[in-house]
Amino acid sequence: MQERIFGTDWALARRQFLQTSGMGIGAAVLGSMLPQNLRAQAAAESAVKPAAKRVIFLFMAGAPSQIDLFDYKPDLVNQFRKPLPPSVSMGQRVTAMTKGKEQLVAPSKYKFSQQGDSGIWMCELLPHLSRVADDLCIVNSFNTNAINHDPAKTFVCTGSEIPGRASMGAWISYGLGSMNRDLPDFIVLNSAFWTGGTRNVQALYSRLWGSGPLPSKHQGVKFQTSGDPVLFLSNPRGIDSNIRRRMLDTLGEINQQHFEEIGDPEIETTIAQQEMAFRMQSSVPELTDISQEPQHVLDLYGPEVEKTGSFARNCLLARRMIERDVRFIQIFHRGWDHHTILPKQLPGQCFDVDQPCAALIQDLKQRNLLEDTLIVFSGEFGRTAYCQGTLERDDYGRDHHPRCFSGWLAGGGIRGGMMYGQTDEFSYNVVADSVHVRDLHATMLHQLGIDHERLTFPFQGLDQKLTGVEPARVVREIIS
Amino acid sequence: MSDSPEPQTTALNLPPITMRSIFLAAAWISSIATYGSAQELSFNRDIRPLLSDRCFHCHGPDEQDRQAGLRLDRAEGSGGAYEWAIVPGSPQKSELYARIMSDDPDTVMPPPDSHKQPLTEQEKERVRKWIEQGAEYQNFWAFEAPVMPQLSAELGVAPIDFFVRQRLRQEGLAPSAPAEKRALIRRLSFDLTGLPPTLAEINDFLSDDSPAAYERVVDRLLNSPHYGEHMAKYWLDLVRFADTNGIHHDHYRELSTYRDWVIRAFNDNLPYDDFVRYQLAGDLYPQPTKDQLIASGFHRLHLIIDVGTALPEESFTRNVLDRVTSVGTAFMGLTVQCAVCHDHKYDPITMRDFYSLYAFFNNIDAEPETGRRSGTDFQRGLQPPYINLPSREQTLRLADLSAEVAAAKARLASLKAALKSTDLPDSVLDESDAGFAELVKQAEQVLKAAETEHDRYLLSIPAAMIMKERTEVRPAHILIRGAYDKPGDVVPRATPAFLPPMDSSADTPSRMDLANWLVDPQHPLTARVAVNRFWQQLFGVGIVRTAEDFGAQGEWPSHPELLDYLAIRFQSNGWNVRQIIKEMVMSETYQQESSATPEAFQSDPNNRLLARASRFRMDSELIRDQVLASSGLLSYRLYGKSVKPPQPAGLWTAVSMPSSYPKEFQADEGEAIYRRSLYTFWKRGMPPPQMTILNAPSREECIARRERTNTPLQALLLLNEQEYLKAACNLAANVLEQDGSELETIRTIYETITTQLPTDKECVAFQSLLSDLEATYHTSPELAQSLCGDITLPKGITAERLAAYTLLASTIYNLDITKTRQ
Repeated sequence: MQERIFGTDWALARRQFLQTSGMGIGAAVLGSMLPQNLRAQAAAESAVKPAAKRVIFLFMAGAPSQIDLFDYKPDLVNQFRKPLPPSVSMGQRVTAMTKGKEQLVAPSKYKFSQQGDSGIWMCELLPHLSRVADDLCIVNSFNTNAINHDPAKTFVCTGSEIPGRASMGAWISYGLGSMNRDLPDFIVLNSAFWTGGTRNVQALYSRLWGSGPLPSKHQGVKFQTSGDPVLFLSNPRGIDSNIRRRMLDTLGEINQQHFEEIGDPEIETTIAQQEMAFRMQSSVPELTDISQEPQHVLDLYGPEVEKTGSFARNCLLARRMIERDVRFIQIFHRGWDHHTILPKQLPGQCFDVDQPCAALIQDLKQRNLLEDTLIVFSGEFGRTAYCQGTLERDDYGRDHHPRCFSGWLAGGGIRGGMMYGQTDEFSYNVVADSVHVRDLHATMLHQLGIDHERLTFPFQGLDQKLTGVEPARVVREIIS
Repeated sequence: MSDSPEPQTTALNLPPITMRSIFLAAAWISSIATYGSAQELSFNRDIRPLLSDRCFHCHGPDEQDRQAGLRLDRAEGSGGAYEWAIVPGSPQKSELYARIMSDDPDTVMPPPDSHKQPLTEQEKERVRKWIEQGAEYQNFWAFEAPVMPQLSAELGVAPIDFFVRQRLRQEGLAPSAPAEKRALIRRLSFDLTGLPPTLAEINDFLSDDSPAAYERVVDRLLNSPHYGEHMAKYWLDLVRFADTNGIHHDHYRELSTYRDWVIRAFNDNLPYDDFVRYQLAGDLYPQPTKDQLIASGFHRLHLIIDVGTALPEESFTRNVLDRVTSVGTAFMGLTVQCAVCHDHKYDPITMRDFYSLYAFFNNIDAEPETGRRSGTDFQRGLQPPYINLPSREQTLRLADLSAEVAAAKARLASLKAALKSTDLPDSVLDESDAGFAELVKQAEQVLKAAETEHDRYLLSIPAAMIMKERTEVRPAHILIRGAYDKPGDVVPRATPAFLPPMDSSADTPSRMDLANWLVDPQHPLTARVAVNRFWQQLFGVGIVRTAEDFGAQGEWPSHPELLDYLAIRFQSNGWNVRQIIKEMVMSETYQQESSATPEAFQSDPNNRLLARASRFRMDSELIRDQVLASSGLLSYRLYGKSVKPPQPAGLWTAVSMPSSYPKEFQADEGEAIYRRSLYTFWKRGMPPPQMTILNAPSREECIARRERTNTPLQALLLLNEQEYLKAACNLAANVLEQDGSELETIRTIYETITTQLPTDKECVAFQSLLSDLEATYHTSPELAQSLCGDITLPKGITAERLAAYTLLASTIYNLDITKTRQ
């Protein structure tokens, strides 16, 4: 009865534990010993031993063309400018942009070849990733429901098309807690520029890394590409670190006096958070300072790594975050929405991401961190086999396509050197081994040792889950 | 409702000691135990939440997913619990009991693969007892009209205190002592206006020894225009008010006149029933006033995609769903949206119910997507239907400009007519009358210039997007699985069957009928949901903690009778918002002190029992407004368009599209950046970090209560944000100018910020801080310069001294007691 009326504030209970333990125990221990809450504990206990501890999610916002990059369809070349057979399109919904227009097939102009010991087919636009092909699990059967960017991106990031739900990283922070007392659990990096032209860029929204109904301490902390990496991190002009320390001493002293008079443990939390803020003032700059990285490591990520805000720089930062046990890192790279003149724009986009992605895999591998770090590379949906705009052999565009798309996973207990999922000859419908986005979510959670059915949070009368109410499956076939 | 008791506020005039003794005496003789002892179980309180959480998913209202034909949400009727699952009086003969007790994974309930938590031993025992006691079902409490509870004749105890103390007695607790006057005026000022008391207001209250002193402060604050601003802040969360469309390009969307109306409505104390009617159906009054039309803009607050990529039919459906959801959350505290794709799993809301409500809101005479990226409407953030709201002066100017356009048009038309009437072949005309063609060209230019001038002027005219019904009623269908393109049965406009019937004389009920139904005294939800939110605002947590959900999955109220009392009071006093808020703050429960033992905080962290006053972190707006007000920077101007106080560079650019409007953040200057936070421009895709870091919602969904957290990012914001530091500097300069002693200066700064006086011990700590800082700044004068460079130094004050005092003020701004309502 008591419990029903009061609910149980596990966050508070945990805070109080932290206080009584004086924050003295290493947070790494806390993270593994003390679950965030009973629901998360149940979720963690019910699953297998976790293969992964951390995740890097490389989000290609705008939706890269799977036909041109991963889902190799050599026979499509014979279908050039032929109408997509109605038996394939089955009158399915299209966007307002190509509604009522002819659906003429545009084969990819790019060459594919078999790579690595595994011999998986890789596109010529991805030469660096081709070299780590044996570490990649390419999935060609991803699919989703929404046909427009905003709901589709919201779905990939939060498991729902409806804005305002908790994001992947927030769920994982909530479920697994922190392994680092000086840095956030969930960090978001946004590429400040991209090479494939500025036309086809889609908006982002802070909801994509929000905490929804979960306590907001689980929300992603977006690092800025200019100015302070974390908002309001630096002391203002006229306050140096000694002055700040001196001020915090008095602040802590008076807050402590007030705690003794008032009795509310929340005051002690305030003191602890002000101290953590102070620690972050050194831990974050130390994290983002790459001056000590040896040249051969910088070379691995390619020339763009020198530019602040580049995708390459963000990949290097992600590796540094992984070394510091940040739980979930999400990197956004925009500019993949190639409705027209795709061949003019796709190579630049690939230039941005190909080498850094491969470098990230290699760099983590050589530090023995790939085995317990899961990397996921995905857009929000795929692109159509039929053309939008001008159609030539070497000039075409593609509209949105939710029925199938491609991406890859690496590390974190996922089998390398494999391709999973099959589409029809037009890369239009999934014909075998479908992986819905919620299956991807379930699989990610599984690799982290979480049963997606049990990681829940009560809100609006439902036990909310990342995987929602529709059934989701762990894709066991890709787990090593 | 005329038999409802008058508020017993006279009790407040008694000295606290007397009140105390009366209460204690009453406690001795009281034998009232409306709660019942632990042995008497109540279905609604003790059993329903359990069944709802573990069983209803498969054995509840949703017919589609119902297993074994059994529904446990009902006792009688087809499939009801008594049919075979429960034998009242006999747990041993009840299949339900056998199933929850089973060890066999194949028969135990809930089944392991449902991923529902198994019942605990205590819960199983509770079910056993309830069946043994007769397994009596009750209708769900929140769907029955509130009943005025019995008030015992405890002399001088106001009803609110009566109910709170009744519960405290049951728990073996006693209320806390009244808070001291400084704490009270600070609490009241923040709770009623969102602003701190000024030193003069504090002194007035301290020096007013009359018994009515407290009530005088209450009345002053309730009549302050800032009361309306503060009340509006909560409402704007609930209706997800924002300044952009929230999807795709996230373009500017002009809704500020709606915000102004909400502020005005609270300041004018518009009765809550009208407040509901205006928003739901303001456009349907026979001759709607401007306010009624503006209020109907409630239906335009939802997220809406801009034209270009989505299918309009789909966008249309999403808009209506969003509208129905907001009505459910804001007015009824129901999660009706759960019935979009299937019958509600926990509440008796069927899909038919949902789409029957949908039918009231699918008939807007508007495009389902916002306009293309050009034109005056686009620049003004408007989409028809809307009304212009020019001032008198603007009306005149606009008339002049329209007349100029009309004149230019007329001239052009007459020239063209003349041209035609010459009736000559074009070629001849061209050669013979080039001068005439030139005249036409000039007239066209004049017209264009007049139109441009007119449109340019239009940009400065306030406007309000409104609701407008199409003449022909659009049929509504049940959408199968909620899909816009899978229409099922046509459903007429109707209210959910489990709620009281709606009165309507018309064949097709209108939104006005729906609004009247919502505010009918028999409606079980509207008044309860409203007073619960007011309570939450003043006590930190609602009587029903889940302010957004009064359904089966919501929480049982901590004080059910108090909730009903307040709901009926509210209705019977003409839905008088100011009056009900006054009754709450006049209660002794409200006026208790907030400090307690650590054990008390531990045993009741959210203060549900109200044995003390609640202590909770202030909302972001209150924190920022407090800093601006106490430092002397705040602009007290009311109303107007949204403003953009400075924020770190690059935030918008990092998320915008090339043609998002606006795309880049451009901070305002001058007075605009010191306006109260509820006027801050709200881009849904990237709301101001000063707000979101402190738990402001993104305004994408209707939010009835905010999360409260305590994070290092909040500490960084409050320590380092430039504007906050500027405010500290401003306050330090103002106080230093008064030329007091060091101790006086410390005390004044402390009192200005916290309303309290510092203890001697605190003063010593602050003096030591000041002397250390002054020494540091003396050795590094360039640091002092850069800290306070923008401020004109008061006479005789060095930059070093000002810098040290600035940090003193900043220290006090960062105290826990400053950011906490207590």
